Amino acid sequence: MSEARPMSTMARVNVGLAARYRKERRFKFFGLAAIVASLMFLALLLASITAKGYTAFRQTEILLDIHLDPAVLDVNNLATANYAALVRDSVQTLFPRVENRQDKRIVAKLASTGAAYQVQDMVMNKPELIGSVKSVWVLADDEVDMFIKGHIPRNVPESERRISDQQAAWIDQLTAAGRLQLAFNTTFFQAGDSREPELAGIRGAAMGSFFTLVVTLVLSFPIGVAAAVYLEEFAPKNRWTDLIEVNINNLAAIPSIVFGLLGLAVFLNFMNLPRSASLVGGLVLTLMTLPTIIIASRASLKSVPPSIREAALGVGASQVQTIVHHVLPLAMPGMMTGAIIGMARALGETAPLLMIGMVAFIVDVPHGFSDPATVLPVQIYLWADSPERAFVERTSAAIMVLLLLLLAMNAAAVFLRNKFERRW
Amino acid sequence: MQRNEAIRPSIDGTHMSSAPLITLVLILSSLAYWLGRRRAFALARRPSAGKLHSRPGYYGVLTGLWCGLPALVIVAVWQMAADPLLTRMAMDGVAAAKGVVNPDQINLLVNDMRNLVAGNVVAHEVDPLIQAAADRYLGLQRISNLALATAALTAALVGAYLILARIRPALRARNQVERVIEIILTLCSTFAVFITIGIVLSVLFESIRFFQQIPLADFLFGLKWSPQMAIRADQAGSSGSFGAIPVLTGTFLISGIAMAIAVPFGLMSAIYLSEYAGSTFRATVKPLLEILAGVPTVVYGFFAALVVAPAIRDLGALTGLPVASESALAAGLVMGIMIIPFVSSLSDDVINAVPQSLRDGSYGLGATKSETIKLVILPAALPGIVGSILLAVSRAIGETMIVVMAAGLAANLTFNPLQAVTTVTVQIVTLLVGDQEFDSPKTLAAFALGMLLFVVTLALNVIALYVVRKYREEYE
Repeated sequence: MSEARPMSTMARVNVGLAARYRKERRFKFFGLAAIVASLMFLALLLASITAKGYTAFRQTEILLDIHLDPAVLDVNNLATANYAALVRDSVQTLFPRVENRQDKRIVAKLASTGAAYQVQDMVMNKPELIGSVKSVWVLADDEVDMFIKGHIPRNVPESERRISDQQAAWIDQLTAAGRLQLAFNTTFFQAGDSREPELAGIRGAAMGSFFTLVVTLVLSFPIGVAAAVYLEEFAPKNRWTDLIEVNINNLAAIPSIVFGLLGLAVFLNFMNLPRSASLVGGLVLTLMTLPTIIIASRASLKSVPPSIREAALGVGASQVQTIVHHVLPLAMPGMMTGAIIGMARALGETAPLLMIGMVAFIVDVPHGFSDPATVLPVQIYLWADSPERAFVERTSAAIMVLLLLLLAMNAAAVFLRNKFERRW
Repeated sequence: MQRNEAIRPSIDGTHMSSAPLITLVLILSSLAYWLGRRRAFALARRPSAGKLHSRPGYYGVLTGLWCGLPALVIVAVWQMAADPLLTRMAMDGVAAAKGVVNPDQINLLVNDMRNLVAGNVVAHEVDPLIQAAADRYLGLQRISNLALATAALTAALVGAYLILARIRPALRARNQVERVIEIILTLCSTFAVFITIGIVLSVLFESIRFFQQIPLADFLFGLKWSPQMAIRADQAGSSGSFGAIPVLTGTFLISGIAMAIAVPFGLMSAIYLSEYAGSTFRATVKPLLEILAGVPTVVYGFFAALVVAPAIRDLGALTGLPVASESALAAGLVMGIMIIPFVSSLSDDVINAVPQSLRDGSYGLGATKSETIKLVILPAALPGIVGSILLAVSRAIGETMIVVMAAGLAANLTFNPLQAVTTVTVQIVTLLVGDQEFDSPKTLAAFALGMLLFVVTLALNVIALYVVRKYREEYE
């Protein structure tokens, strides 16, 4: 018979200690796992887009010997000649053994419809070429391009792929003859939108984004800085300024699509501004970026120490002079950082622009603020919706360009902050 | 589908015509600045005049402001008022002559006239009455532009002359300039309030028109959403049903999935970063996590539609579960990933705001780090964390592109994450993208949904901001 001795506190602690330490390690592991998993998501996102998109920077071209037939090309009427026929004939001469009319038509489709324009440009620039046989690299059709890049696999049943066995044989024949090459895809950077993937480019969307951002920057930066200066330096503490503050904070959290509704109702239907124009897009994005810029500018103004203001006021400067001559220059790097971050967000914004008609199919590259335009993210959305396999590749490539632009802007913001930020 | 949309003809002319006038006013204004400054210098050099009150530049700025501002205000007001006024004058009597009383048809006539004015190609035969109205409009516009130019330039010259004539050493130019600057700053700061008012008014106005046709109760409590309105009255299925419940359920289902991802991952990351990680780890990982928040939502949408949704569907096929190709799960999952950094950075701030003394007290009693976090820090930070989660929920509800690209269009009333559901934002986009008549309930329904979205997110934000602020005060 032994007496149940009460356990000492230390003993009781020691009993549970191992389990508690295990729990501790597990908890810490979960924390690290959460971070690692989030970063893995990021890596997966970037990797899958790069894997899908990098091939779009090269484009398949076919070497054609085009006979610039004087019978087809009338020197006085070069704009309307039948260049498509020239291209068609020259593709068909590459396959002399194809007799069947239907097959001939399929053969002709190996070259892009854009090849005719390529030939047209060449002839219009140099009419003296007429009559000669000229070897030119022209764009291949997007299906050929996909096949060459391996996006259309050979080992699936013929009925399930877009390239038939016969077409595959023709393409192999061209490859063997050295008539196919992968060249840098200049069209992608120089053309506007198109329904043919091989002719589609991001130039139009990029210019649209540029014009839109210019409007946004020109409006939102001065207004935002002015509002921040007023709220930080002049505003009396009362109900009205409280209301403004609450308002700004709420605006920053309103879903972007609501701004699109505002733009549609006010700018398009009430003020009758042109639809699809980058001007209106810029106005809508201004409303969205304004809170970001105001909040960043206020933080930047707050970080300027009061001693600077007091010194300026002490030597007789007025309040406006103090701010313009001393406070603003010191706060400017912070404000600019805020503006760049706001612009980066505006560059990636899609939803409100869908509301104001920037989602239309626009082939021409915009030249001004009131031209119909689209922007990079909307172009990505449009291409993502297209069924052609080649557009998947181009969408991913456009995303890569967009992400690079965003990265550059954010890097600029970080650089500005590190270079000019002062700790007082 | 949206790609086939035609671009509605626009009238650029009326909006761009004032650009040269504005440039001219700005040139005049800089000229006025120079003249004013020169005059101030001249005064200062005269020995009899005494000392100038302000530095000479201020006299110049004052002259420039008085030259430019009134003229620009005139241009702005004129531009706003002229077009509707001219249209009414040009169309005066046309509707009556054609025997049209319906406001919609009058609008059609006005649009025809505008198209003619803009020089767009009109498909049908041009009505002589409309043609006459268009000619009248063009004539009136010419007169109006001339009158505007005269008025603006007169205002500019008179303003500049008045100040130039008044420049004396005693003129308190600096104070006046600063007064103007202050007024401009004040106006800029009220801009935010105007934006809010603009949002409320535009959404409210269209919603009221919607509720005139569809009862409010049907919208809020209806269980069926199929916004198809017939174009002709005799068409089958001529009345759409506008019950918002399935749309709202879909929204909350997807947001719920997103939060189920974002809250544990975001919170655990925040805890690790603020309590366990060393400063170098923190300095490298935090910006990397922020990249997740900086990726445009359209990219996430593409990722969800092209990578995640097929993966989930294949997984479903493997396990024999029926998974819709546009399942709520795919959209919710990707949205959750997008929101992780949002939750983590807000919670990070909140956790860091818990005073060190609480931690020290807990360690002093022998608690391990994880026990301190679970029993002391999290309870202390709870209100702030709840606030940041509410902000994240409002972000999830308002998120558009991911769901537009990865979620469905069919409004199924279901809680099954493997089925396709639709959300408020998806419906707004589908109803408004493309050419629609602006008065049909179908289009107006988008504004009613927008109103719902605005009210819900606003309520969430106000509560969240209140909670966070209240909490911060407690420890400051």
